[in-house]
Amino acid sequence: MNRIDKLFQNRSGKILSVYFTAGFPSLHSTSQIIEALEAAGADMIEIGMPFSDPLADGPVIQNSSRHALDNGMSINLLFKQLADIRKKVNVPLLMMGYINPVLKFGLENFCRLCFETGIDGVIIPDMPPELFLKEYSVFFESYGLYNIFLITPQSDDGRIKYIDKISRGFIYMVSSSTTTGVKKGFSEDHRSYFKRINSMNLKNPRLIGFGISDNKSFEVACDVAQGAIIGSAFIRMLGETGSSKNNITSFIRKIRGGNNTVSAMPLFFKNIL
Amino acid sequence: MMKFNVDERGYYGEYGGAYIPEMMYPNVKELQDNYLKILDDEIFRKEFSLLLRDYAGRPSPLYYAGRLSAYHNTNIYLKREDLNHTGAHKINNTIGQILIAKRLGKTRIIAETGAGQHGVATATVCALMGLKCFVYMGKLDVERQAPNVLRMKMLGAEVIPVTSGNMTLKDAANEAIRDWISNPVDTHYIIGSVVGPHPYPDLVARLQSVISEEIKWQLTEHIGKENPDYIIACVGGGSNAAGSFYHYLDNEDVKLVAVEAAGKGINSGKSAATMVLGSPGVIHGSRTILMQNEDGQITEPYSVSAGLDYPGIGPLFAWLYKMKRVTFDNATDTEALEAAFLLTRLEGIIPALESAHALAILGKMKFKKDDIVVVTISGRGDKDMAAYMKYLGESDYKNI
Ligand SMILES: Cc1ncc(COP(=O)(O)O)c(C=O)c1O
Repeated sequence: MNRIDKLFQNRSGKILSVYFTAGFPSLHSTSQIIEALEAAGADMIEIGMPFSDPLADGPVIQNSSRHALDNGMSINLLFKQLADIRKKVNVPLLMMGYINPVLKFGLENFCRLCFETGIDGVIIPDMPPELFLKEYSVFFESYGLYNIFLITPQSDDGRIKYIDKISRGFIYMVSSSTTTGVKKGFSEDHRSYFKRINSMNLKNPRLIGFGISDNKSFEVACDVAQGAIIGSAFIRMLGETGSSKNNITSFIRKIRGGNNTVSAMPLFFKNIL
Repeated sequence: MMKFNVDERGYYGEYGGAYIPEMMYPNVKELQDNYLKILDDEIFRKEFSLLLRDYAGRPSPLYYAGRLSAYHNTNIYLKREDLNHTGAHKINNTIGQILIAKRLGKTRIIAETGAGQHGVATATVCALMGLKCFVYMGKLDVERQAPNVLRMKMLGAEVIPVTSGNMTLKDAANEAIRDWISNPVDTHYIIGSVVGPHPYPDLVARLQSVISEEIKWQLTEHIGKENPDYIIACVGGGSNAAGSFYHYLDNEDVKLVAVEAAGKGINSGKSAATMVLGSPGVIHGSRTILMQNEDGQITEPYSVSAGLDYPGIGPLFAWLYKMKRVTFDNATDTEALEAAFLLTRLEGIIPALESAHALAILGKMKFKKDDIVVVTISGRGDKDMAAYMKYLGESDYKNI
């Protein structure tokens, strides 16, 4: 069974998935960051494959990608770094990046190495569903890999149902119409979007990403979806204070709101939903 | 044009398509579903052709360049896109796209620009239609194409300098795409060339096809036949070349030559000759040929000409190359500068640096005395005076 399915079977909510860019802050921090994240209580980890021209990303991930590439990161090297990662961690691992480097690497080869490494899923934002189904899904299937699709506030009901139908694992629910890394908080518009999706009875669980940066936004997301994805805020922390185990542990603890911190937001959201 | 038309999925053979994040899907889908209907609509066609005539000043002349012809010992006709309002072919596309944007109810326009000609052409039609305009321009290009930045400002556009990557055209397009992701409802993105996700390459090619439509009847007026032996145009993304070739694509008697920027030389590491240095991949939402390293990271291009300083090429051209319908050549910075001065001193026409690349290969081609050669002068050189004066100072140009 795919570890992603197992995670959502065992846990009904408050799932925290963390994205980081492989090769940042330093070239060889990849497996150390993954181990520290799992130890700190991250439920799932998205390993970013840096790209020179990340269209859907804001300045924070653009910069971490630039640094990672300058450091010498590549898909080839990343697979080498991850070769025995499954001896160390059990959480679901996803690879996230843009299509060009993956195509250059060779999509089938990429899927095979994901399988051999113990990767559970892939997120490639600029690989649209229609294209995936037509050209690439065979490779994903033969290697037991899930491809994760995105929905956005602009996705209409028909589109969402279509994506729900072809999705496996979970749906990546983009919170707002932005690139990554914008911290604005959630408005009335967000709430009606979250409510609309909640009322659709989708078969796949959802994680909310984009704009999750602290305990408050995490709690809001957890109240309207099975959990959330944090990227830019984590990378910002890595850039500012470094990737030590302590830093990662305290970051995750803060996001989760410590042991007994109760946020006021969920109640508020329960009322309006 | 039949053989090289885009298919229903937006592909030219294996090239093209729409490799876009889901955030762009509604906007791109809206365009895909509507662009052909709008282009075919009688009222649109009328508005478009009236604006091309009365506002942009079309048809642009097809000029027999006598002294240049004598110099190269053949017959050279210049398609004078430099004489259009705003000084380049870019206005053909922006007039068409602003009419489409209005039909789709958009109130905010964004664009990327390299040389600033597309930015100016976009700012111009936005002023004309009373729409807000935001132009993304690499910081390096803001500096080297300063006159166009001032024009955009006067036209009321906001010019946003882009500091990522090489701070040139590719990075400006990245930033425009990010803007569109962040403004998915009220905004239309007027792409400046035959690049980007489907339907842009086809849309822009159709809007620019007026160039070859005119060449056909103008050449008939000049010499009694519509087919030249050669048509030569520069390519950055490929819009002036696509427009110049469009109605001749199915006519194999006409040799089509596209000229890329070789920068400081193909093997100098400072070049923008995508067809020589590139390989298949995905850039700005379409599968095409692009300059990239072995890991699929996009390589930073270089050319003295901001409009050709782009690591990709429109998917139509990747296909035309593969089908051997278009021949590709390239010219270095120096060859282009030299050719710009040659044209200026022989004909009194100061071409854009981009267009000068097309002129630069005339000396290298083996024309017959009675060949008919059409060269598209995609734009005028006012914006490039700083580069031209620098060259004049360095080279002490005395060729004529
Ligand atoms: C005068 C001129 N010619 C050519 C180009 C290159 O674009 P394209 O290849 O789309 O014609 C530009 C782009 O900025 C331009 O300003």
